[in-house]
Amino acid sequence: MAKKHISFTLNRQNIDVLVEPRELLIHVIREQLQKTGSHIGCETSHCGACTLDLNGQSVKACTVLAVQAEGGEVLTVEGLLQNDKLHPLQEAFMQEHGLQCGFCTPGMLMRAYRFLQENPQPTEAEIRSGMAGNLCRCTGYQNIIKAVQTAAKNMASA
Amino acid sequence: MASTPEDKQRKENLAGIGCARKRKEDPRFIQGKGHYVDDIKLPDMVYGALVRSPYAHARIKGINKDAALALPGVLTVLTADDLKPLKLHWMPTLAGDVQAVLADEKVCFQQQEVAMVIATDRYIAADAVELVEVDYEELPALVDPHQAMVDDAPVIREDLVGKDEAGQGKRIHDNHIFSWEVGDKSKTDATFKKAAVTVKEEMLNQRVHPCPLETCGCVASFDKVNGHLTVHITSQAPHIVRTVVSMLSGIAESKVRIISPDIGGGFGNKVGIYPGYVVAIVASIVLGQPVKWIESRIENLSSTAFARDYHMVGELAADKNGLIQAMRVNVLADHGAFNSHAQPTKWPAGLFSICTGSYDIPVAYARVDGVYTNKAPGGVAYRCSFRVTEAVYVIERMIDVLAKKLAIDPAEIRRRNFIKADQFPYQSALGWSYDSGNYPAALDKVLEAVDYEGLRKEQAEKRARGELMGIGLSTFTEIVGAGPSKACDVLGVGMFESCEIRVHPTGSVIARIGTISQGQGHQTTYAQIIASELGIPSDQIQIEEGDTDTVPYGLGTYGSRSTPVGGAAAATAARKIRDKARKIAAHLLDVSEQDLEWDIDRFRVEGAPDQVKTMKDIAWAAYNNVPDGLEMGLESVNYYDPPNFTFPFGAYLCVVDIDKYTGETKVRRFYALDDCGTRINPMIIEGQIHGGLTEAFAVAMEQQLVFDESGSIHGNSLMDYFLPTFVETPVWETDYTVTPSPHHPLGAKGVAESPHVGGIPCFSNAVNDAFSHLDIKHINMPHSAFRVWKTIHAQGLDKRT
Ligand code: FES
Ligand code: FES
Repeated sequence: MAKKHISFTLNRQNIDVLVEPRELLIHVIREQLQKTGSHIGCETSHCGACTLDLNGQSVKACTVLAVQAEGGEVLTVEGLLQNDKLHPLQEAFMQEHGLQCGFCTPGMLMRAYRFLQENPQPTEAEIRSGMAGNLCRCTGYQNIIKAVQTAAKNMASA
Repeated sequence: MASTPEDKQRKENLAGIGCARKRKEDPRFIQGKGHYVDDIKLPDMVYGALVRSPYAHARIKGINKDAALALPGVLTVLTADDLKPLKLHWMPTLAGDVQAVLADEKVCFQQQEVAMVIATDRYIAADAVELVEVDYEELPALVDPHQAMVDDAPVIREDLVGKDEAGQGKRIHDNHIFSWEVGDKSKTDATFKKAAVTVKEEMLNQRVHPCPLETCGCVASFDKVNGHLTVHITSQAPHIVRTVVSMLSGIAESKVRIISPDIGGGFGNKVGIYPGYVVAIVASIVLGQPVKWIESRIENLSSTAFARDYHMVGELAADKNGLIQAMRVNVLADHGAFNSHAQPTKWPAGLFSICTGSYDIPVAYARVDGVYTNKAPGGVAYRCSFRVTEAVYVIERMIDVLAKKLAIDPAEIRRRNFIKADQFPYQSALGWSYDSGNYPAALDKVLEAVDYEGLRKEQAEKRARGELMGIGLSTFTEIVGAGPSKACDVLGVGMFESCEIRVHPTGSVIARIGTISQGQGHQTTYAQIIASELGIPSDQIQIEEGDTDTVPYGLGTYGSRSTPVGGAAAATAARKIRDKARKIAAHLLDVSEQDLEWDIDRFRVEGAPDQVKTMKDIAWAAYNNVPDGLEMGLESVNYYDPPNFTFPFGAYLCVVDIDKYTGETKVRRFYALDDCGTRINPMIIEGQIHGGLTEAFAVAMEQQLVFDESGSIHGNSLMDYFLPTFVETPVWETDYTVTPSPHHPLGAKGVAESPHVGGIPCFSNAVNDAFSHLDIKHINMPHSAFRVWKTIHAQGLDKRT
């Protein structure tokens, strides 16, 4: 299949890659660009393990074509660290034991990252509905909710 | 010795047993630096994808690979005929049966592996799968296990025709696998005949799937030059994989290296050895290139490792006060097309005989018959010890059925039947020796915490108003930590666990353990155990698991064996080091060993508190100044063979409100008290309980793999297969008591599976309890809104007045 040249920013860096028009964004990011933090749990948009931020929105990268990222801004879990400083959400996930096997965690963090910008002081119920597109098989969610609340608090007072 | 603030500080510095230590594995996971199988990319790596059967039962009349092979980028297509010369088209299962690696002349379940395409890119591999033409002749499918042994049932396993053995005892029909029985049948039958009250119910533990968020997969890499095979694999038992791979391939075990890297959840799904792994390994050997195979979610749900599918008939005999006199259980177990359940090899029904539960039942009898059907093979322990969920479900439901018949409160009937605290060690009618427990204390604590009486009052008021509210109890006993190797083995390898510890000259430590974490936080908790035993801060203790080249032989992590067996190995290995350290300390202090006492992180001379040698001093001395006759160095290995299983227990209570117009069940409250003996890391324990309860909730309320009469699986994607989201998942309240195990070096029992095992009957009892004022004895899981609504509707409860 004829390849297409696309450019976008990934974690604030300019990227140029050759992709097949049918290639999914998640595969290009994980396999060509070797950023393997975003995971694949279903490839049918149900689990959220592949969630990343594209142009200021949470997207499930298993159902986005790489060519759709053309000219866009992509942020993955690898981009949360800035100037060697963890994002408050990353700190809070550790603090509140918001992860176990870690497979859902990058997607959870990226969804929470966007969600807290949409709603900086969410209630528990709002977190539950705002993050419902991300599945976790290990934690039962309770500590993830705590982590998001803790991060929200810390970000507000920062 | 009086504990001074300074002592306390020294203890705290260790962050040892009992500390809610933050997890050591988290920094890599939160930064996207986890290392899972699908993250691995090796030079020259190619991709495998499986061609799978669309039919549940069909003869393969021909396979045409030409079109697939003609696609640029396709390297090879492997079928059973290609594996035949290597004798790898069939493989032994852990249960003594054989399983087709690639379908040999016929397929026996939908999505069975028929061929593997190897291509330079995963997209090309997927394209080529579509181009492999398989000519099938469909055969009648056997879906209902109850029909498996009728006279004219289609024969699923033609390879076994005429054989009256399939590895686990006598067969009585072509579709029969084994009969297994335990207990005293004649005494049990006699007790039932005389009993004042008997109850009998059919109940189903439906076919479900553990569905960890990461699917199964591997990267097999055979080095043609030196004959070494390295396989990165999603395995809960890497050493077993090494032994099996060596047996199958003929490659010396010393040249096979299995690495389980980070694993994205297991829950039993990653115990088995699946055809995809085997074919990827063969392909790598044939091509001399690394081959990656990662299953899709649909493949995962339809082919690797279902759980349960136990069709049970439970019976209790009691006196009129509800004192249970006997229990009888008959089970029809649907094992699918191959008997590849993941259990200790000699235990075809796992540890099902724990089914007498927490109750002092004088006689009991259980029988399990396994049958073949045209469904995927497996039968894994989904977040439980082998068949323990099924066992706990039947007793915890049946005791409620008995309570209802006698109009005794479910809490009260439990109290009357509990094994009493002074009866431990308790010998159960079906042969177990329970190590320790205090069931009444656990139940009482829960009832008080939730104001049980108040809840029952509220329920009565609601019933008077026509509302549906249920209160479920579960006072379960688990059996975990397999196991004494004389009782349990996997393909002949005893179920011990191992730990090797090395203390370096400067006092930091590396420890390697034969288990493998899939999210349980072993790097954190094992270090805590060793810290407390050695007096070295846990932050200075590295834990390594999962690499068979470096880690001593271990049986892996499932059946809650890590703390009971792996933790015991770690503690015992550490104690060996401490014994040697004592000798070195005596030498350094010029006293006899008996004059020394251990004090948190040092030895001190009794009566001379200033004369001390810390573990750090001793570590240094171990490499330059040891007493005559003692070897240099400070390391040890322990292979721990547990004297018994451990028996964690708990008391759970669940309150549900059911909408009588929609059938929706809202879990208003769930209170879980667990007793896992000594608690290593309370934060991790609580996390495990949250996760286990969520999986229990999923099974009880919605999860089910459904098949139509042609054997087609329905609901094998996450569109249909229920995984609870943030929205449905209830809020969990946790509590604990501590009854240490007397035979475990630390008194610890294991915990991660209790919430699943104990949680399922608790939800189910709650839903059933909502209808206990009506003439309904038992409603099967899953308690989905539609199914609950059907019950409501049949009773006419949803009539609007
Ligand atoms: S992999 Fe994208 S949602 Fe599951
Ligand atoms: S931590 Fe394992 S899936 Fe969320």
